[in-house]
Order: sequence, then structure tokens, then C-alpha cells
Amino acid sequence: MDFLTLLSPQAANYLEAMAQKAHRLTVQHFGRTVLLFTPMYLSNYCGNQCVYCSFSSNHRLVRKKLTLDEVEEEAKSIAATGLRHILILTGESQKHSPVSYIEDCVKVLKKYFDSISIEIYPLTTEDYTRLVKAGVDGLTIYQEVYNEETYDQLHPRGPKKNYRFRLDAPERGCRAKMRGVNIGALLGLEDYRKEAFFTGLHASYLQNKYMDTEISVSIPRIRPNIGGFTPKFSVPDRSLVQIILAFRLFMPRMGITLSTRERAELRNNLVRLGITKMSAGVSTEVGGHTIKNSTGTGQFEISDNRSVAEIKEMLLQMGYQPVFKDWHQLNGERAGEQLL
Amino acid sequence: MNDKLIIGGKEITNRFFTGTGKHPNNAIIPQIVEEAKIEVITVALRRVDLTSPQENILNYIPKDCILLPNTSGARNAEEAVRIAKLARACGCGNWVKIEVISDNKYLLPDNYETVKAAEILVKEGFVVLPYVSPDLMVAKALEDAGAAAVMPLGAPIGTNRGLQTKELIRILIDEIKLPIIVDAGIGRPSEAAEAMEMGAAAVLANTAVATARDPVAMAKAFSMAVEAGRKAYMAGLGPVRKEAEASSPLTGFLD
Repeated sequence: MDFLTLLSPQAANYLEAMAQKAHRLTVQHFGRTVLLFTPMYLSNYCGNQCVYCSFSSNHRLVRKKLTLDEVEEEAKSIAATGLRHILILTGESQKHSPVSYIEDCVKVLKKYFDSISIEIYPLTTEDYTRLVKAGVDGLTIYQEVYNEETYDQLHPRGPKKNYRFRLDAPERGCRAKMRGVNIGALLGLEDYRKEAFFTGLHASYLQNKYMDTEISVSIPRIRPNIGGFTPKFSVPDRSLVQIILAFRLFMPRMGITLSTRERAELRNNLVRLGITKMSAGVSTEVGGHTIKNSTGTGQFEISDNRSVAEIKEMLLQMGYQPVFKDWHQLNGERAGEQLL
Repeated sequence: MNDKLIIGGKEITNRFFTGTGKHPNNAIIPQIVEEAKIEVITVALRRVDLTSPQENILNYIPKDCILLPNTSGARNAEEAVRIAKLARACGCGNWVKIEVISDNKYLLPDNYETVKAAEILVKEGFVVLPYVSPDLMVAKALEDAGAAAVMPLGAPIGTNRGLQTKELIRILIDEIKLPIIVDAGIGRPSEAAEAMEMGAAAVLANTAVATARDPVAMAKAFSMAVEAGRKAYMAGLGPVRKEAEASSPLTGFLD
């Protein structure tokens, strides 16, 4: 119930006091460090029609799936910026980007990255296990909206219509022994106080039940996209801050991820309030890291176009350490297996 | 007075150990080592990036330091063994602090898996320093397994709450022949001194140093406190009584 109080309109009058405490807790548990990563879009084929997403199957755009050679080129280009953690994304299409394709991509990516997370359509425990064995250590999956009725309206067609299968996906990821599971609600689709509350409860449920998985949350605000969907609920900066602070005070050890959906200046300011992971050098296009491969259409418009080097410099200026590597693969060439 | 701590055949003068995590930047690490005369420093293999000289934390640790790689991130014995072997193969030496944590809520060590990992790693020729919740039977098992020291926590890692497990640590100090190194939870130099006064062989603190306003000065403060605590232990603390005792007793003439 304290968590609900922290999210209440009344608590908005105490943001500074909440911020001071959130800052102290974050420094205590994470130090002045921020883990950096970047997304890599593998494919934008999609059978869903999420009304807020550019990749929706009823939008006409160049559809593309990276070949394994292209994946390697993208990987080289990203790895050259110093990043060692990668998040791979696809639309939902068992035909174009089946689990076996993800597995093949992971094999390539393992040569360049120490940590590989997936943000793809929900899988069964068996398929998550298969990807963990292939070298995936993190799962990101947003419920988008916890309100079941709204969920139904915003996802008119496609496999994503199954609310329950998506809701239980993070738990299946925990069972499959993912090292990290990151959840979230797309802020703006519903009353953000309720959505943040359910996100927090979901995170707390998972962390209590699966103590060996690091649970983290994202706080994505909806961004302009093809189709021109306008969110029904606005989430002002002050509210975003309140949500971050409430999460930190509710679960002091939980990771909080911040994307380039937010503009540079705001992102800089949010670091001190409890953010522990940030994306950098981002493109939301398939093949967006190597110009010749790109499709020209991103999943959504980003607001912070800074390069990895610029984000790194910003963090150092603020007295924070940009962390590039926070996991070591346990097998394969990159792990140092050949030295054993 | 020659009061060196000997672990794995190496002589250690400064009984304050620290770590490389949570620092605002890596460049501060060599300053801490130099100013606080740190001899043993722990580093997580998960943070070691051999492919990037600029980001590789090992490049910030002076060569004469004893490197204590830890298995942070291991969720069971198997992973800890794997990480220890990879650390050794990557040039981090043959010391290892076994850290097996399968609980992301309190970050408490898994003693059972830790003992299993210790048994394997000792046989593989490692100098093994296991991080545990203070438990006598576990410490005995580690002693039997051939561990080089036992590292009980003072309080849950990163909490800076001090010697909450004091009574349990005291039992380990009394009953276990291995060096007892208090690791985790120590928030202030005075708490480090207290652990040393009790007879701990050394103290390891990372969060308290890394998150201090001035980490270099804090590392120095810890080194001094640990040294003072050790001297007090060696000098033999006077007994503590509830009432005052006259230094010129009335019945002194009977002696």
C-alpha cells in the first residue's frame, strides 16, 4: 500500500524528498554506475496490429529481415562503439523470425557481445530455455497495458491478442533461468498511476518468487509512430519522475531501464533519480547501425540521438561510471574457453 | 613486530582489502591502491573486458596488487567453478573469492553451493576464499575442503549496516583455524576496527569506499582503522566491567 501512496497525486507534492531518498538508495545499491546497451532490430515483419506501433501489419513499409551476414555487420559496427550488452528485437512473425532464426543470430552475436537480451514475441518456457542454452541471458517483454479491456482494444488482431500468454511470459522467462527479466507498461495507453502500480506488483511478484533472476522495469512513454496514434492519457515529465521514484523506493535493488524515447536533457537528469540501465547510440530501424542495410523506418521516433561516446562522456561528467560489461559468457570463444 | 597475514603463501601487511565495483570511474582505483596502500583487491570477472584496453578494469589495478577475482553473478556451484576457471585463464591469477548468490533480494550467499564450489576449486589448485553467511558447520566444511580463508558477511552486501552478525563471527574466530576475513556490510571504519579487535584476520569493504564522497580518503580511513583494530587485538584488550574498579584497591596490601 505504501507503493500506492507513493504513486498518488498527493505524493507528487513530495517529489524532492522522494528524490533525495531514491538517489541515496540507488547509490548504495548500484554505486554511481549506469549500464549501457543498445537495441538491434533483426526484423520488422509482424502479424500484430498494435495501434501504437509503426511495425503494425496494416502499415505499408519496407519489411526486412537481416541475413546472418547483415547481423554480423551490424554487430561489428555496434561492438566498435565499445558496447558489450545488446538487446535484439523482432516483430511477431513465426514465419519470418522463428526461434531457430533468433538462435542463429545469437550464435553470430556471441562473438561480439558479452550479454544478449531478447525483446521478441512471447515464447513458451521450452523455447526460452532453448534460447538461454544458445546464449541469451536477458528477456525484455512489456505487457504494454495491464488493463485487460484497453489491451483488447489496442491489439485488434494477431497472436498478441492473447493477454494472458503475454502476461505470463516474464514468469516463463524466469523459469527458463534467464539471468535478467525486464518488464514494463507503455505509458500513455492507460491511467499511468494504475499501470505503474501493476508493473510494480508484477515486478515484486516475480522477484519474490524467482529470487535468482534480476527483475528490472522500463518506463517507456509512447512516442510518435506511423499511423499517428495519439495516446489518450498524457504522462508529463513530473509524473514520469514520480513513477521512477516510486519504483526505487518500493524496490530499492530493482534495475530501472531508460530508453532514448526520452530527450537528452531529461535523460541526464533522470540518472541521479534511480536509473541503472540506459540505451545509447540507438536506431529503431532494422539494419539501422549500418546505413546500407537500413529500411528507413524505425519502430518509433527516438528523442535522444547521442552516440555511445557522447553518452559515455555525459555520464563521466556527471560523476557516473558508464558500465559496458556486466556479464561474462560462460562458454564460447568470447568467454576465453579456448584458454582453458 | 612481524604480524603478517599469510594466505596462499603470500605475506600481506595491510589487512584492509577492497574492491573495484560501484566506483564513479575506474581511474580512481589506482589512486585508492596507492594512497591506502592496498595489497589485496577483488574484481568481478563479469566486469573484465579483455577486448577493450580502455574499459578493461584490470588495466587500472597496479601490478603489485594481489588480485582476488570473484565469481559475482554465479547462481550455483557449477557457474562459480566455470567463472573461476575462466578468470584464471584470462590471467587473473589463481586466487578466487567464491561468491554464489541465487537471491537477488537480499544478495545472501548460498552456503551449500559455496561449499560444493570450494571443494572443486581447491582440487583444481586455486587459493580459495569463500564468501559465506557466518555458520560454524559451513566454516568447518570449508576448512576440511582446504579453503585458504573464510569470509563471513557482517551484514547483507552493500547495506553498510555494520557487524550485525557479530556473535556468529566471534564463534568462527574462536573455532576455525583459518583466517576469518569479514566481508560485506561494513559501513564505517569504526566497524572494521571492531571486527579486527575481535580477532578477524582482515576486513574487506567495497561499497563503503566506492560510494563515499571521497573514496580515496575513505579507503585510507579504513586501512588505518583496520590497523588500529589489529594492534588492539594483538595488545590484548583490557577486560570490560559493568562497575568501575579502583586502580588503587583497598586490599592491595594483601598481595
